[in-house]
Amino acid sequence: MTDNKRKKGRGGIILRLGGYVVREWYLFIPAVIFTLISNQLALMGPSFSGEAIDAIVRVGGVDVDSVTRNVLSMVICYVLSAILSYAMAVIMVHLSQRIVYKMRRSLFEKLGTLPISFFDTHPTGDIVSRISYDIDTINSTLSHDLVQIMTSIYTVLGSLVFMWHICRPMLLIFVFTVPASILFTRFRAKKVRPLFSARSRKLGELNGYAEEMLTGTRTISAYGKEQVISERFNARNADTMEAYYRAEYYGATMGPSVNFINNLSVSLVAMLGGILYMLSVGGRVEEGTAFFITLGGVAQFVQYSRKFAGPINEFANIIHEFQSAFSAAERVFRIIDEPSEAPDVEDAVPCGEVEGLVELDRVNFSYVAGKPILKDFSVRAEAGKTVAIVGPTGAGKTTVINLLMRFYDPTSGEIRIDGKGTRTLRRRELRSLFTMVLQDTWLFSGTVFDNIAYGKEGATLDEVRAVARAARIDSFIDTLPDGYDTVITDDGINLSKGQRQLITIARAMLSDAPMLILDEATSNVDSRTEIRIQEAMHSLMRGRTCFVIAHRLSTVKDADVILVVQNGTVTECGTHTELLEQGGFYATLYNSQFK
Amino acid sequence: MRLMISYLKPFGRRMLVGLIIKILGTVAELFLPMILAYILDSVIETGRVEIVVGYGLLMILCAAAAAVLNIVANRMAARVSADFSARVRRDLFRRTLYLSARATDRFTIPSLESRITSDTYNVHHFVGMMQRMGVRAPILLVGGMTITLIIDAYLALVMLAILPIIFISVYSVSRRGVPLYTRVQRSVDGMVRVVREDTQGARVIKALSKTDYENRRYDAVNRTLSSDERRAGVIMGIINPVMTLLMNLGICAVIAMSAYRMLRDPTSPSNVIAFIQYFTLISMSMLSMSRIFVMFTKCAASAKRIEEVILTPDEFFVREYGEKCDTGEYITFKNVSFSYRGRRNNLENISFSIKKGESLGVIGATGSGKSTLIRLLLRFYDVDEGQITVGGRDIATYSREELTALFGVALQNDFLFADTVAENIRFGRDISEEDIVRAAKIAEAHTFIIEKEGGYSYRLSQKGTNLSGGQRQRILIARAVAARPDILILDDSSSALDYKTDLALRTSVAESLGDTTLITVAQRVSSVKGCTRILVLDEGRVIGYGTHEYLLENCAEYREISDSQMGGALID
Repeated sequence: MTDNKRKKGRGGIILRLGGYVVREWYLFIPAVIFTLISNQLALMGPSFSGEAIDAIVRVGGVDVDSVTRNVLSMVICYVLSAILSYAMAVIMVHLSQRIVYKMRRSLFEKLGTLPISFFDTHPTGDIVSRISYDIDTINSTLSHDLVQIMTSIYTVLGSLVFMWHICRPMLLIFVFTVPASILFTRFRAKKVRPLFSARSRKLGELNGYAEEMLTGTRTISAYGKEQVISERFNARNADTMEAYYRAEYYGATMGPSVNFINNLSVSLVAMLGGILYMLSVGGRVEEGTAFFITLGGVAQFVQYSRKFAGPINEFANIIHEFQSAFSAAERVFRIIDEPSEAPDVEDAVPCGEVEGLVELDRVNFSYVAGKPILKDFSVRAEAGKTVAIVGPTGAGKTTVINLLMRFYDPTSGEIRIDGKGTRTLRRRELRSLFTMVLQDTWLFSGTVFDNIAYGKEGATLDEVRAVARAARIDSFIDTLPDGYDTVITDDGINLSKGQRQLITIARAMLSDAPMLILDEATSNVDSRTEIRIQEAMHSLMRGRTCFVIAHRLSTVKDADVILVVQNGTVTECGTHTELLEQGGFYATLYNSQFK
Repeated sequence: MRLMISYLKPFGRRMLVGLIIKILGTVAELFLPMILAYILDSVIETGRVEIVVGYGLLMILCAAAAAVLNIVANRMAARVSADFSARVRRDLFRRTLYLSARATDRFTIPSLESRITSDTYNVHHFVGMMQRMGVRAPILLVGGMTITLIIDAYLALVMLAILPIIFISVYSVSRRGVPLYTRVQRSVDGMVRVVREDTQGARVIKALSKTDYENRRYDAVNRTLSSDERRAGVIMGIINPVMTLLMNLGICAVIAMSAYRMLRDPTSPSNVIAFIQYFTLISMSMLSMSRIFVMFTKCAASAKRIEEVILTPDEFFVREYGEKCDTGEYITFKNVSFSYRGRRNNLENISFSIKKGESLGVIGATGSGKSTLIRLLLRFYDVDEGQITVGGRDIATYSREELTALFGVALQNDFLFADTVAENIRFGRDISEEDIVRAAKIAEAHTFIIEKEGGYSYRLSQKGTNLSGGQRQRILIARAVAARPDILILDDSSSALDYKTDLALRTSVAESLGDTTLITVAQRVSSVKGCTRILVLDEGRVIGYGTHEYLLENCAEYREISDSQMGGALID
């Protein structure tokens, strides 16, 4: 089971994220080495400068050799350190981009294997935010914070060693200031963090409200309610900005306070160092003892103490960053760990040539346990015949199609094609037996040509033109700026619902599948255009087993069998004339249009 | 930018006080290295511990003062930026709602949305940062420079020589970086678009077994995004090492120069320690300034986008009305022509009129101009030629309030929002509970509403997705009839209803109308055939106008539509 394999909790996530990093070891190891060397070099700088200063203020004049040597060493250290640290930065950019690219890819490819039920239950916005915002958070942690924390640890330890060598007693200062700053940041963070998350939440809500209202600008202005809506927006706006202010009010203490603790350390170093230096110069402290210090020593100590205190204060921030990266990673991994569509059975039989006899045999199905949608549902569609399904909304019409295509599997009962149970077939092959035109027309951002040719690999322009003509959309396409090469975008070319539907009809016409599903395929096409494309629709349906769902009774009345579905069962069944004679639900539905 | 500055004006005094406090705090911080140098250079020679301790305490005092003053100033800045952006966002949202339909089309809704959200956020962020770092950084820079010049002009020359180099390198890198980040943003949009499309089109993709194709399509955008991000990261990564290097080289130069000076004149002062401190301070302020610079380019772009919207002139001009010409007709279109983009006419030479209490049906193919006609009547757009009058007055002479008060409208793909059913019907108007129930009953919505949990206080989700299509349409119709409007417009608003419900709805609406004038736009003949007059449109032109019976006889297209929908010969 995937659940057993999956490591639970934070530790598991860290291991998995670590796994991504380890797989790029040939980048990661040089990056670590470069970081360490570059930091070591940067740390050595101040010690050379301290010696240089001592060589300048030496009793008995400047020691030119020593100054030259030390200054040159400094220059070399700093230049090398800069080169290495840039090299490291470049490597880290590459490293994090490789990881992020892979993560995005595996997340996206995972989406392709997920069952339809996943998309029915997860809002698009949520999936989008995982693949963009969450992965971005991981990215910035990998490319920035990971190095930062390595550098910080090294700098802190390195500075400590250097300071230890310069003057041990002065380290006592940090026994006082370091815990003070850690305690302070932790205390503050505890108080400030909920304020900041309240701030983000409020901003999210405000954005959501603005988005919602903007979709209704036409209606709002038709009713002249701009003022009312503005006021409602403004109440939320003021509320959000207050949350902002509260967060920043407390957040504002962080920077200056941390700075204060740093400056406090420097002041104490100056005081203590000054006194010790005075004693050393006065000869009251022997050279070589722990308390002896030179002027250069004090200068070095001040520099190291700044280097030392800075990262310690930043730890709290970085740890916070890491935490948000972990929760982002958790959200990403959760999708990657979603169970995929159940695999095809191992001894799956090939479909071969299909005649098109479709049977649903006592099928039961429910999306949510306890709320059955289809109950003992049986249908037999002879090859080449048209079955129309009518009934009130929610009766289970679209569910039949979900089951035929194996977007969902029935709870019990069997669906057979040419006598073979669909569960014994490969999903890919099974689905290729059907062509669908759905009510929700789906076009992607590509050219008109790409969108029509989508269903048939290698379709030629002539073929595409032919089906576009049959679907009565060719003259419209010709008026577009680039004809068939016009790119369809959300905000660019404005296609009406009807035009979108015609394009998907043309797409379906390119397919040579033996079975056809029309789910409200022409609901947005006006009736005159519908008449004009009727011939094309007929040729689309000819020779195929068709399942037709429609509101418009004119579309279904020519069907070979009409099924009336109510509450998940077939209540009436027969041809148009038969059903009219029966005088049941169908007859009332049909006759109501003439009143 | 100018407009944003005018929004900041009311906060001028508070910002000035904040600025002064900030300057004081920063100056206090600048004293630290000076005192440090003084202790090491001069005080120590005195050999008196108490003086060292005294100056040390002075340093702590300065540090504390700096902290307190900075906190106070930061808090004031937070107040100012919060109040400032609340005002900007308020006005921007308001202006957005009042934009003419033409202007909205031009901006597009997604763009307006991001102006209200991320652009205001960018400006807010910058205003806050400007007050905190934007003051501190230049003061540290100028103050640090001044102090170094005062204590030792000779060594300060190093700093003067290095600063321009730092500035130029940061500037040139950022300049190259900003467009790179714009490109990254574009690639992100492209990547997100594919994900969004594929999540929505999962059924089609699976049905056509296009998963591999989609994976390839995604891989292309994913690769582009990665390489764009890499390029931007590699360029921007230069700034930090270069700045650190230049600063460190400066320190080397200071040491070398002071050694040289000491060699020639052994009595010269040694200010090296203080200089190293100032160097650190100054280079840190340079780094903040480079960040501010990047932020500024972002903010300026956002500010421009906000200003574009707020400064869009109001296109809703109310004309003076001369005399009322009472022809007895209530709504009249006289030779109306209109075009969205100024190329082809979307409506051409439309004329018709109806009396008060009558009804008009509009029917025609997709794209024939039915909805456009309604938009002109509601004055979302102004006519290019001709005239529309209501009650004998040109609609251009009505004020916004007068005009909207006339109508009750249910548009195609209309708008439901996350609130109660009652509020969705009330829509911010002053309508009693009884009227809401009455409206719901007329719209055949009452029965399903009371079956919902909480009845009229049942909360809809965004866009009303927790209702079926037919239920949504009925709520919209309830909203349209709730205020007993003079003119009721139903634009294709019963398409999701089955024939039975549609019939019941039409009957109850017709009964409740009184002297309300009804305009129904539809694709079904059954929805319009009871109207006093029917207008048949084709490609923006009137091809038939009259009663159902008249059109059946005289308008071939109408007959064709009717036959196709009514089952034609079958019922004979």
